[in-house]
Amino acid sequence: MGAVLAAVLGASLVGCSSTGGKRAEERAAQAAAEGRSAVNTPRWTFAMVTHSGDGDTFWDIVQRGAEQAAGKDNIKFLYSHNDEAQQQAQLVQAAIDQKVDGLIVTLAKPDAMKDVVAKATKAGIPVITVNSGSAESKQFGALTHIGQDESIAGEAVGDELNARGRKKALCILHEQGNVGHEQRCAGAKKTFDGQMQNLYVEGTNMPDVQASIEAKLQADKNIDAVVTLGAPFADAAVKAKKTAGSKAEIDTFDLNAKVATALQDKALGFAVDQQPYLQGYEAVDLLWLYRFNGNVLGGGRPVLTGPQIITSKDAAELAQYTKRGTR
Amino acid sequence: MSTIAGPSAPTGADERLMRTSPLRRLLGRPELGSVVGAAAVFIFFSIVADSFLRASSLGTVLYAASTIGIMAAPVALLMIGGEFDLSAGVLVTSSALVSSMFSYQMTANVWVGVFVSLLVTLAIGAFNGFMLTRTKLPSFIITLGTFLMLTGLNLGFTKLISGTVSTKAIGDMEGFDSARKVFASQWTIGGVEFKVTILWWAVLVAIATWILLRTRFGNWIFAVGGEADAARAVGVPVIRTKIGLYLGVAFAAWVSGQHLLFSFDVVQSGEGVGNELIYIIAAVIGGCLITGGYGSAIGSAVGAFIFGMTSKGIVYAEWNPDWFKFFLGAMLLLATLLNAWVRKRAEATK
Repeated sequence: MGAVLAAVLGASLVGCSSTGGKRAEERAAQAAAEGRSAVNTPRWTFAMVTHSGDGDTFWDIVQRGAEQAAGKDNIKFLYSHNDEAQQQAQLVQAAIDQKVDGLIVTLAKPDAMKDVVAKATKAGIPVITVNSGSAESKQFGALTHIGQDESIAGEAVGDELNARGRKKALCILHEQGNVGHEQRCAGAKKTFDGQMQNLYVEGTNMPDVQASIEAKLQADKNIDAVVTLGAPFADAAVKAKKTAGSKAEIDTFDLNAKVATALQDKALGFAVDQQPYLQGYEAVDLLWLYRFNGNVLGGGRPVLTGPQIITSKDAAELAQYTKRGTR
Repeated sequence: MSTIAGPSAPTGADERLMRTSPLRRLLGRPELGSVVGAAAVFIFFSIVADSFLRASSLGTVLYAASTIGIMAAPVALLMIGGEFDLSAGVLVTSSALVSSMFSYQMTANVWVGVFVSLLVTLAIGAFNGFMLTRTKLPSFIITLGTFLMLTGLNLGFTKLISGTVSTKAIGDMEGFDSARKVFASQWTIGGVEFKVTILWWAVLVAIATWILLRTRFGNWIFAVGGEADAARAVGVPVIRTKIGLYLGVAFAAWVSGQHLLFSFDVVQSGEGVGNELIYIIAAVIGGCLITGGYGSAIGSAVGAFIFGMTSKGIVYAEWNPDWFKFFLGAMLLLATLLNAWVRKRAEATK
């Protein structure tokens, strides 16, 4: 046992890598903010309740942004999520029971959240909505909404596809029942001059996503653009395109490290980013501003964090940020 | 020269008529293990989470438990009868969708949609039971097929009829308010909100318990779950019993579906997937055997309550929700082990 341990330690000392790995990550983390709060306001508790499923990259970045802001603003930050409307409403109720000082919610399923958000505002808890629900946010009594207007983002995609001279596109929806996703594809359809088709896939099952796109590309050789609605699915689409021997250009919503490298390698055409980090960061920061100074941003309109079209030109700079999980 | 020993009659005690002490009878109850588990979970969260013991939190926990418990009671009966229903989760969503879309498309009083939804949901339950008894395939396979078909139907029909993935709002239609009172109202008692689902849950568990312990049908359930062929041989109507059990699950799915619809007014077509396992977990934690023939309805309620306490307790304790599923799985194993141990002890002392 001891010999094995010594051998392992010895090997790791001898075989040091001067680049990358855990150590590089630690150095980067040290160089970043040390997590000390920069203010002397009381330690408020803010809760964030989202409609995310388990293990979702996008929401991981939102959470990171929120935690970074909470660290700076001396906030105790609680995060919970559930992709079922009823469960999400119950989680918001639980946050109200805990008498939090501020609440951040997503309104992907607005009707389900209506009553419970009203309860929060009645209890005097300031609410900020993020990511989805720009239309309902004000009506439900939230201070402001931070996110991307999905229709506008979709329209930006349609315009970009036109600029790239595409004729027949495929929109891959990976979450059945998500109204925001429907709006994205509808927006793209609206501004796109060519033909746009929707394809539903099972987002929680990557091989199935790949197989579905593959089948569609094999069945229709005229498809020259595939738009996925989430970064992890772009990769599956690229693989499907290779297998199907298709000429289609793959474009995607959202960023991650793989998308950034794929953009640099020209494997992807473009990405539409809605800057999730900002959504988490600003939500916490704006709640803090409201409690500290009564400030509200946005003048009663949603504060937009996107769409930002990213092509191979910008990808190089963003690659380092995606690697540390903040873009 | 051997004499055949006859039954030692004089004492006249048939072992089936033997009086058992109340304590022993209590120890022999299927739900005993889960009650111990529930007490443990309650004490645990009371210690680690300050806000868990607030009265308002109790309302939230009970609501969470009731949404599972309403389904767990008939699912427990079905499992005692030796069968599964993997379509129970999406059936709840189907029931809500039918109700909402029928009312909207026909511009009918909302109660008409509610009634039509009951018929459709019961028909799906009957289909499950009928297919099972006709094909002799395991219920696992039959209901897995129904589960997938319903998932597709939910989305396909909703898209076809409403044009989007969720139904249209019916909150401004006639009958909505009265239906909301029945399926999704709440009362405030001493500043704490109690949802009407808690009442539905209590009533359903009471009925299920009465059926199991006090009626002939209840005996049939135990018989078909324990040994279907033997039950048939002594004249138990196996087919009718099993179809009846599936109808029970369908009825509860209808209640849950109407609650979804009337509390949120709009139904998302993609929901409900995966909940069927949660109902089964609640029943198993409550002492149902996965092989059938043993269990109780009260146990399913305790199982649902444990589930509600855990899912919300983790939030009150301000833990990282990433670990929730792990915690749940560990709890399932512990509860089942405890059940098995308690049962063994009870049987050994008989």
